[in-house]
Amino acid sequence: MTLVREPVTAHEDYLDAGYSLKSWLLTTDHKRIGLLYMASITFFFFVGGAAATIMRLELMTPRGDVLYTPDSYNRLFTLHGVIMVWFFLIPSIPAVLGNFLLPIMIGARDLAFPRLNLLSWYIYIVGGLLVLGVLIFGGVDTGWTFYVPFSSMFSNTNVIGAAVGVFIVGFSSILTGLNFIVTTHTMRCEGMTWERLPLFVWSMYATSLILVLATPVLAITLALLAAERIWGVGIFDPKLGGDPVLFQHLFWFYSHPAVYVMILPGFGVISEIVPCFSRRTIFGYKFMAGALLTIALVGFVVWGHHMFVSGQSMYAGMVFSLLSFIVAIPSGIKVFNWTATLYKGSIRFDTPMLYALGFIGLFTIGGLTGLVLASLGVNPHVHDTYFVVAHFHYIMVGGMVMAYLGGIHFWWPKLSGRMYPELWGKLAALTVFIGFNLTFFPQFVLGYLGMPRRVYEYAPEFQVLNVMSTAGASILAVGYVLPLAYLLLSLRYGSRATANPWRATGLEWQTESPPPTENFVEPPVVIEGPYAYSPEAAEEADHGHH
Amino acid sequence: MATTEAALILAPQFDDAEQQHDSDSLGMWVFLVTEVMFFGGLFAAYAVYRYLDFPAFVAASRRLSVTLGAINTAVLLTSSLTMALAVRAVQLGRRRELVYLLLATISLGAVFLGIKAYEYYDDYLHHLIPGSRFAFDGPFPARVEMFFVLYFFMTGLHAFHLIVGIIMVGIITFLAWRRRSVVQGTTQVELVGLYWHFIDLVWIFLYPMLYLVDIHR
Ligand SMILES: [Cu+2]
Repeated sequence: MTLVREPVTAHEDYLDAGYSLKSWLLTTDHKRIGLLYMASITFFFFVGGAAATIMRLELMTPRGDVLYTPDSYNRLFTLHGVIMVWFFLIPSIPAVLGNFLLPIMIGARDLAFPRLNLLSWYIYIVGGLLVLGVLIFGGVDTGWTFYVPFSSMFSNTNVIGAAVGVFIVGFSSILTGLNFIVTTHTMRCEGMTWERLPLFVWSMYATSLILVLATPVLAITLALLAAERIWGVGIFDPKLGGDPVLFQHLFWFYSHPAVYVMILPGFGVISEIVPCFSRRTIFGYKFMAGALLTIALVGFVVWGHHMFVSGQSMYAGMVFSLLSFIVAIPSGIKVFNWTATLYKGSIRFDTPMLYALGFIGLFTIGGLTGLVLASLGVNPHVHDTYFVVAHFHYIMVGGMVMAYLGGIHFWWPKLSGRMYPELWGKLAALTVFIGFNLTFFPQFVLGYLGMPRRVYEYAPEFQVLNVMSTAGASILAVGYVLPLAYLLLSLRYGSRATANPWRATGLEWQTESPPPTENFVEPPVVIEGPYAYSPEAAEEADHGHH
Repeated sequence: MATTEAALILAPQFDDAEQQHDSDSLGMWVFLVTEVMFFGGLFAAYAVYRYLDFPAFVAASRRLSVTLGAINTAVLLTSSLTMALAVRAVQLGRRRELVYLLLATISLGAVFLGIKAYEYYDDYLHHLIPGSRFAFDGPFPARVEMFFVLYFFMTGLHAFHLIVGIIMVGIITFLAWRRRSVVQGTTQVELVGLYWHFIDLVWIFLYPMLYLVDIHR
C-alpha cells in the first residue's frame, strides 16, 4: 500500500496564502477560520452591546421614557442575552483563539477535521443571521431562558424562529468541540505528552467535553418547546398536565455547564499570560489541569441551583446547593495557584497582564457571589434581582470578556504579525476595568436592596445607583471601542512583530509571526513542560538590556 | 507520485495512515456520544411523564401494534448482522461480498421504514397524530396525546437517523462497487457500521419503552 499525500503549499505566512474573498470563505486553514470567527463574533458583540446601551439609557430614570413600551424593553434584553450568550460568549475564546492556537500549541499542522471546522463556521453564520433577523424584525420577549409556559403558550413573538436559530448554532458548538477533542487526542507532535499540554489546551479540552455533552440536550429541549407551541399539546404547560419544571431541568442541564463554556477558556488564557508576565512556571500544573476537568464534570450536576424557588423538592435543593459549593473548590484552586505563580515573580504590567490581573480579581468577586446565590437561605431573597445580574456579569464580562481581550492582545503579534500600541492598550484595559466595576458593582447593591431584574420602570429610590451603572456602561463602551480602533489601525501602522516578542515558551512562539500555512517549517519536537520560565534569567536579561 | 488503485488518500493535516484512522474513528465515537445525549433528553422527558402519567401511557401504548414493532425489531437486528458482516468483508478485502452485504443492509433498513410508514398511516387514520385532529375516546386524552408527541418525536428522530444511515450506506456501496480495490473504503465502512449499530441500539430502547408499557399485565 502506498501513501499519497495531497500537495502542501510551501512556506509562506498564512495571511499571504491568498487575498481573494474565495481564499477566505473556502479556507480550511484553522488560523483563517479563527479570524473569520473573530470578525463575526466582534460584529455580534457590538450588536449585543448596542442593545445593552439602550437598556442602560432606559434605566437612567425610574419612569419608562426612552422606549415607548415595556414590551420593547423585553425584546431588547432578550436580544442582548441571546446574542451575547450564543453568538459571542460561547464561541468567543474557543472558536477564535482555540481555533487559531490549539493545533499550533500541540505542534500539529491543522485540526483533525479542517473541512468540518469550516462547516461549523457556516452553521454559526446561518444560525446567527436567522436569530438576528428574528430579533430585529419582530423580536422575542421571553428572555434568553425561554421559560415555559410563557414562551410556549402565551408569548406572541417569534419564539420558534429564535429557538431554531439557537438550535442551529448549537451544531456549530458541537462540531467545534468534537474537532478539538479528536485533535487533542490524535494530533499531538512528538514529545507532546498529556503532562506537557499547555493549560490553554487543557481548557479547550474541558470546554469541548461540555459542548459535546450538553449542547444536544439544549437542542432537544428547544425542539420540544417548538412542538408544544406548534401542536398546543401539554409537554410543559401545566394547564394541559405538562410539567414546566421539566423544561427548567432540561434547560439548566445545558445552561449551567454552558456557563463553564463561558469561563473555562478564560482560565486557559489567564494560565498562559500569568506565567509569561511573571516569568515563573505555573504553580501546581497538575492541579490546574485537574481543576479544569473537575469543573467541567461536576458542573453537570449543579443545575438545580437555578430552581430553588421553582417548586423543586427541598431535598433536591439541598443537594444542588451542596454540589454548587463543591464545584467552587476547583475554581478556588485556580485563583490560589495564579496568585502563587505571581509570588516572587518578575512581574511586568503589559496590557495582557493588566487584563489577566483584572480577571483574577473580578472572577473572584463573581465566584464568591455565586456562593451567596447557591445558599438556600439567601437565594430566595436575591432571586431574580439585580444581584444575579451583577453576579453573572462579573463572571462573563469581568471574567470571560477580560480574558478574551487579554488573549487577543497577548496573541495579536502572532495572529496579525503586528504589534499593538502598548500605551493605548494599557489605557483601554484600565478604562474597561473602571467602566466595568462602575457598571456592575452598583447592581449588587440594587439587587440586595430588592430591585428585580428585567424591569423597565423601578422605584425612585434606586435611581442614584442606576445612574452610576449607566455612567459606568458608557465608560465601558469607550473601553471596548478603543481596542477595535487601535487593533485595526495596527494592521497597517503597527510595527512588525518578531516570532516571540514576549519571550514566551509555548510552541506557538517558536514559529514565525504570523505562522506559515502549515504552522511549522520543521515538525517540532517537545522536550520539556509548557512553562519553563525563570525569574532570575528574566532579571538578568533586563539588566543586560539597560 | 501517481495515484495507484491501491493508494490510500492521506489528508495533509495527518502524518500517517494510522493517525488518520484513529482520528476518524475517535471522531465517530464522539459524534455518537452527542447522539446519546440528544436522545437522552427525550428519554429523560419520557421517564418523567411515564412516572407522572402511567395510566395514560398504558392506554396509549395499547394502541400501538406490538407485532409490527416486534417484526421491525427483528428486521433492524438482522440489518445490524449484515452490516457487521460487511465490515468483516471489507477487512478481508472481499469486494463482491461487501457489496451484497451492504445492499442487504439497505434493503432491511428500507423494509423497516416501510413498516414504520404503514404504522404512521394507521395512526393517522385513527386520529392519533397530535394537533387539532387528535381524538382519543379512552381515559386521559390530553396525556395520551402527550404520549404520542413523545412517540412521534422519538420514532421520527430515529427514522430520520435511519434515512441518513441508508444514504451513507448507499454511498459506500456505490464506492465499493466502482472501485477495483476496497482498501480505501475500510475506515468508511467501519465508521458507517458503527453509526448503523447505534441506530439499531436506539431502537432496542425505543421498542420496549413505547410498545411494551403494558406488557407485564
Ligand atoms: Cu448555574
